[in-house]
Amino acid sequence: MIMKLVAISLTAIFVQNFVLVKFLGICPFIGVSKKVDTALGMGMAVTFVMTLASIMTYFCQKFILVPLNIEYMQTIAFIVIIAALVQFVEMFLQKSIPSLYSSLGIYLPLITTNCAVLGVTLLNMQQEPAYGLIECIVNGFSSGLGFLLAILLFAGVRERLEFSDIPKPFRGFPIALISASLLALAFLGFSGMKF
Amino acid sequence: MWKTFKNGIFSENPTFVQLIGMCPTLAVTTSLINGIGMGLSATAVLVLSNIVISLLRKFIPSKVRIACYIAVIATFVTMIDLLLQAYIPSLSDSLGLFIPLIVVNCIIFARAEAFASKNGVLKSAADGLGMGLGFTLALSVISAVREILGAGTILGYSVGISTPATVMILPPGGFLTLGLILGIINIIKEKKGGKKS
Repeated sequence: MIMKLVAISLTAIFVQNFVLVKFLGICPFIGVSKKVDTALGMGMAVTFVMTLASIMTYFCQKFILVPLNIEYMQTIAFIVIIAALVQFVEMFLQKSIPSLYSSLGIYLPLITTNCAVLGVTLLNMQQEPAYGLIECIVNGFSSGLGFLLAILLFAGVRERLEFSDIPKPFRGFPIALISASLLALAFLGFSGMKF
Repeated sequence: MWKTFKNGIFSENPTFVQLIGMCPTLAVTTSLINGIGMGLSATAVLVLSNIVISLLRKFIPSKVRIACYIAVIATFVTMIDLLLQAYIPSLSDSLGLFIPLIVVNCIIFARAEAFASKNGVLKSAADGLGMGLGFTLALSVISAVREILGAGTILGYSVGISTPATVMILPPGGFLTLGLILGIINIIKEKKGGKKS
């Protein structure tokens, strides 16, 4: 059991990294990676919401969608759960942990439309053999960590890019994408592929 | 109307100019057929959701509008997902997770919020169609480049490259192709601007 969880977690963080291998959550990955500390905030907020969303959608699937035989409503149900969850997390943090709220605050609303969150909940349900609650939580949390790792590394690279001499047409997004490509190439090494 | 339509394809192309909707742009563009399939599915959702949101724009209270948009968009995405599964299962298999993920595609949200909620039905439909085809065009360009260089084929037919660079259809190739295309667009823009002045 423990070995299986470790395997799920390492796969989600490195081998099948959410951003660099699966291409989920590219918008925040490119949009909020100009500085390392904002990247850290966004990464933490995503990890947090992904873990909670994995738990909530597991219960929704198991106790609502499957018994009522309406699995085709999955996408609609999950996106509503995520939107509501993000709202609740925002209100809860604002009331009870203001310090965490002020550091994550502005990133929380953005997470609803982050496809990585919806992606991880849908992937959790597609696994063969089916994931139990604990596997879902571990997968959600480690996918979030994978996102955090990728966005942190990328923000570090982009901070350096600010000071380098880049040909004018390639400044901004083009060079950011090309550096992301090199980062993705590095992560490709984890998959042990032969060319 | 024609202007609204053309706007989405060229001057405000969602992928190359506005840089939104990046996830499917990079993920599914491993072959031309996937790129076109994804583009057309998103176009269908975009046109339908723009029409419905535009029809409902006077009834949706502004405080809960995001939730309403999500419900409308998710409904159409589910419909497209089920239709693809039933009639084009091969495309549905290769696009996989990215069909349900059209729900969170920022292009559709952005058009609902910025255009359909403020304009009439016909104009919104034209805007949806223009943006959708602009997105399809962008995906086709990226996926054609990646398929030719990475697999040595186009729409499955060989183009005579004996040793294709497999890395181009793997994730790094996606980032690289988009980065280079954006750079080339900037160069072209700069040259055009230089001629005018």
